[in-house]
Amino acid sequence: MTDISRDDVVHLAQLSSLELSSDEVDALQADIGNILQYVQQLGQLDTTGIAPTYQVTDLENVWREDQVEESGIAREQLLALAPESANNQVKVPRVL
Amino acid sequence: MSHISTTVNRIKNGEVTARSVVEAAIAKAESTQQYHALLSMTEARALARADGIDARIAKGEAIGRLAGVPFVVKDNFLAFGAPTTAASKLLENFDAPLQATAIEKLEAEGAICIGKANLDAFAHGGSTENSAFGATKNAHDPTKVPGGSSGGSAVVTALDVVPFALGTDTGGSIRQPASFNGVVGVKPTYGTVSRYGVVAMASSTDTIGCFTKDVADAELVMDVMSGRDRRDMTTLPDFFAVQKTAKSVQKIGLIKEFMTDQVDPEVHARTMEYVERLRAAGHIVEEVSMPIVQRTLAMYYVIVPAEISSNLARYDGIRYGLRTKNPQTLAELYGRTRGDGFVTENKRRIMIGSYVLSSGYFDAYYLQAQKARTLLIDAYDILFDTYDVLLGPVAPTPAFGLGENTADPVKMYLADIMTVPPSLAGLPAISVPAGTNTAGLPIGVQLVGSRKSDAHLLALARSLEAN
Repeated sequence: MTDISRDDVVHLAQLSSLELSSDEVDALQADIGNILQYVQQLGQLDTTGIAPTYQVTDLENVWREDQVEESGIAREQLLALAPESANNQVKVPRVL
Repeated sequence: MSHISTTVNRIKNGEVTARSVVEAAIAKAESTQQYHALLSMTEARALARADGIDARIAKGEAIGRLAGVPFVVKDNFLAFGAPTTAASKLLENFDAPLQATAIEKLEAEGAICIGKANLDAFAHGGSTENSAFGATKNAHDPTKVPGGSSGGSAVVTALDVVPFALGTDTGGSIRQPASFNGVVGVKPTYGTVSRYGVVAMASSTDTIGCFTKDVADAELVMDVMSGRDRRDMTTLPDFFAVQKTAKSVQKIGLIKEFMTDQVDPEVHARTMEYVERLRAAGHIVEEVSMPIVQRTLAMYYVIVPAEISSNLARYDGIRYGLRTKNPQTLAELYGRTRGDGFVTENKRRIMIGSYVLSSGYFDAYYLQAQKARTLLIDAYDILFDTYDVLLGPVAPTPAFGLGENTADPVKMYLADIMTVPPSLAGLPAISVPAGTNTAGLPIGVQLVGSRKSDAHLLALARSLEAN
């Protein structure tokens, strides 16, 4: 198993904005270690001088006119999806 | 004539009404509830649309190529008439304000969405056991998984609830459940069908495709769905045109690395029988070697979690979806909402993604995987210089038991080993039924073609079906 400490898992959870229970941290420590161990075989491939592939469409710079268009979706519809709203805006907890 | 065309003709000729066809599909969905293939029904909207089509026919107006044909979408497609949950608590009550382009195109031809199918939450999984609302059962054996992540869509097609269903395929999520349930499954060339209005997983490999009972139906559905969409800038100009007959004498490569003794003997046997059918039809089948495919699953489980961790960052409990009760701070709002709203497999993949994208690990994992992806694409290019099509099983085994692989994520991932290579290369790949094992579980074979050869692949598969 790849050396992933409990602190590493807690740090990853924080980076990922995930609040985990103590049991979840234990289980994920084992799972993530096993998965990382499996993917480490990639290190055995010689990729010297090989360019990475980030996309497979062969498309480049798909342009469109920078024009304002109606989306057909009303502000009220989007606000209705928000867990909380007030004064015609999405409400969030105090940040500062 | 295909199942779908027959239905459309009967509706057009007045032998049956669109309403009666849709009502029959809804009744079948209700009588097969024990499979837990559907998460919701869009019944009211479906019946209203059916009545609209019947009214058009009564007035002698033109109707579309799919008029009155009921279908089901995986519940990661935004659709009107029911929530779009992605089988997650996070989006449990999310009522989409828009519909996916794929659904809009099908509706424009008169097709009628009747319900939304179960999946692994956010399409993360290969068994539909990761659904926050409970697993779906295999159409042929309720003790087995239906495959995944588009398990519900495969099962409703296999049970004849609807003649076609939509799925998404990022690493095998259409092909593997198609194989496990004995139906046709199509993953097109990357960029063939717009993904606008579909919950994103891994943007560099996400595709939209379909499940059908026969190849001709799949060709019709793909023909309707494919083409450019200005709301998905990765879509390709429409290249898909149904090919009437398959090219005679094709050269087909059987991938040796997928025919080892690691493969279930009956999967091996059904694949070899398919090879014999190809040869009997005059095609040339030769064994080919593609060693890089043995490393592809490792590439996939670096690249895809990286893209997932980025794509799923949007689920923050602010603008839509679940929000935890009474958070004291913003960090608490994010952390608890996501902690409660995601299933364990979502968390695994998000955290793996965060890991491989972290400074210090990026070069060794993410960059190395993307370079290895180039090696994979090069290996395919070399083979497609000589071969028209590449062949192999869809999965190493038939459907496994419910609960059999859930304790071991790596073992679960290995079920994807044969389907991820075409995904990372953006190639079209289809799963076609090739018989069953002695226990009656379906087994599928996978045909893979070069980019944009989708219609060619389907024509070949159809020509063998007729034999």
